[in-house]
Amino acid sequence: MPKVVTDIICPFCGTLCDDIECTVSDDNKTILSVKNACAIGAEKFNHQKLPGRVTRPRMRQADGSFKEVSYDEAIDWTAKMLVASKKTLMYGWASTSCQAMSIGHEIAEKVGGIVDNCATVCHGSSLIAIEDVGVPSCTLGEVKNRADRVIFWGCNPAHAHPRHMSRYSIFPRGFFTVKGHKGRKIYVVDCRYTDTAKCADTFIQVQQGYDYELLNAFRTAARGESLPDTVGGVPKEKIYEVVAELKEGRFGIIFFGMGLTHTMGRNHNIDIAINLTRDMNDFTKFSIMAMRGHWNVTGSGQVLGWQYGFPYAVDLSRRDQARHQTGETTSVDLLVRNEVEACFYIATDPGAHFPVDAMISSSKKPTVTVDPHINCTTEISDIHIPVAMVGVETGGCAYRMDNVPIETRKVVDAPEGMLTDEELLTRINKRVDELMAAGGA
Amino acid sequence: MEKKIKLNLITCRTIQQGVGMEAGKTSQKYFDACTIIQMHPDDFKRLGAWKNTNVRVSSSVGSVIVKAVETREDLVPGLAHIPMGPWANRIVPAYTYSTGEPCFKGIPIEVEVAMNEPIMSSIDVLKDACGLSRK
Ligand code: SF4
Repeated sequence: MPKVVTDIICPFCGTLCDDIECTVSDDNKTILSVKNACAIGAEKFNHQKLPGRVTRPRMRQADGSFKEVSYDEAIDWTAKMLVASKKTLMYGWASTSCQAMSIGHEIAEKVGGIVDNCATVCHGSSLIAIEDVGVPSCTLGEVKNRADRVIFWGCNPAHAHPRHMSRYSIFPRGFFTVKGHKGRKIYVVDCRYTDTAKCADTFIQVQQGYDYELLNAFRTAARGESLPDTVGGVPKEKIYEVVAELKEGRFGIIFFGMGLTHTMGRNHNIDIAINLTRDMNDFTKFSIMAMRGHWNVTGSGQVLGWQYGFPYAVDLSRRDQARHQTGETTSVDLLVRNEVEACFYIATDPGAHFPVDAMISSSKKPTVTVDPHINCTTEISDIHIPVAMVGVETGGCAYRMDNVPIETRKVVDAPEGMLTDEELLTRINKRVDELMAAGGA
Repeated sequence: MEKKIKLNLITCRTIQQGVGMEAGKTSQKYFDACTIIQMHPDDFKRLGAWKNTNVRVSSSVGSVIVKAVETREDLVPGLAHIPMGPWANRIVPAYTYSTGEPCFKGIPIEVEVAMNEPIMSSIDVLKDACGLSRK
């Protein structure tokens, strides 16, 4: 009899939906159907049973083809690479558990690695701003139960966090928001009329790259000062009107995304959005939250934060101290300047998501990629080590975008003999110890 | 009609790209979702291109072949969008202004019709750039 597993956590985006249901085959090996997840989440669970999955490590040959090797060989090769390299980029971590991260960090401390996560090309700008000015934030539960003014600035949850709007931000009825959508005013600020904008009461079309100016205008309007006729393509009347409506709300929240972090201004855009939030607290209660992308990128920031005091781009290559300097210890800059000797990628795909110049540099270095599936990076790596899917084939702790820790669940067994990230990293760690005790590789 | 038009490019996630990514980086879904450039109808006219024509998109970093399409998520004339992925990243400048974040949005590009040029697969588009493709 197939059985139903309930309350599963979806390991795709930072919304970390916790109400997924899967029907699982009798032998606990296959997910037969998925309920409650959005299109992306469902695809993630369905991927588990796709034929042709790689279940053993592969090593690239001189002619570019791959040959299967044992986990032992792959672990030995990886440990030797890590020990031999004076500075290794250890990038990824956003799609694995916090437990696995902490083992990875232990290895990085020993071999002098630089640990960086996907925030580096995502919400890194936000983290810089938060370090600079702090952040008045809240949980998604508070948004659901209290928020009556919701702003999406430079983010498109309809595409990137599909269930965010129905679970937390637009549609749900909560304790003080009994009318649900009707009781909330929704604003979308974007350079495109996105699918999220179609759900909004007010759409504010900002000229691409003028978010800083517009945020500044919002602050000016909130203080009752005068504005030029248009700012970033938005007429001043509209700015005054929106700011007046925001002030009338009981609880406002700004969600922001890549529209702010990737455009000109970067951290300064977030900085001023946070300052606008602070200003609005003179009139009503206001909060701000980053729409974190990968399901556990927040977790990586948390673990690095407790251990070293910095949420990403942590350079441990001096071994006795942790350093963090954006532009210097961040992955893309390190690669483009050719400052690392080897690359260790885990639970990520820089091949698809880094600018090409960074990958050209990376492709010239010894590289190991740990990922459940074949992706762009695995195909230009020396070794691809496949592992069980965290959140599907093994559990582990993750942090939601509002920094709430949630324990993900194991739904089905991984294919016979496959290691989890934790098991793999533990074994690499052990091999590194052995090699170092023997005096290097 | 112009041979080459200049546009401002942004790269973003789309739900199709997300689904494609989970279906697998070598899947047809991923290919279909990411090998497009969304442009405004006015820009199609300026370029004299039909919808669904292959175009060459160039930036200061390099160039890539993708298919020009119209979009539901309206753009203003002059603004174009390629979903994030290895194709978009062939033309994303790696310069980070000391923040660690490359220029994923607001990239000056040129677009020209390249009707008969094929679009590379996800792996090939990366391997080709890294000089790893088997000829
Ligand atoms: S919204 Fe995000 S966490 Fe929820 S089901 Fe979709 S992909 Fe998964």
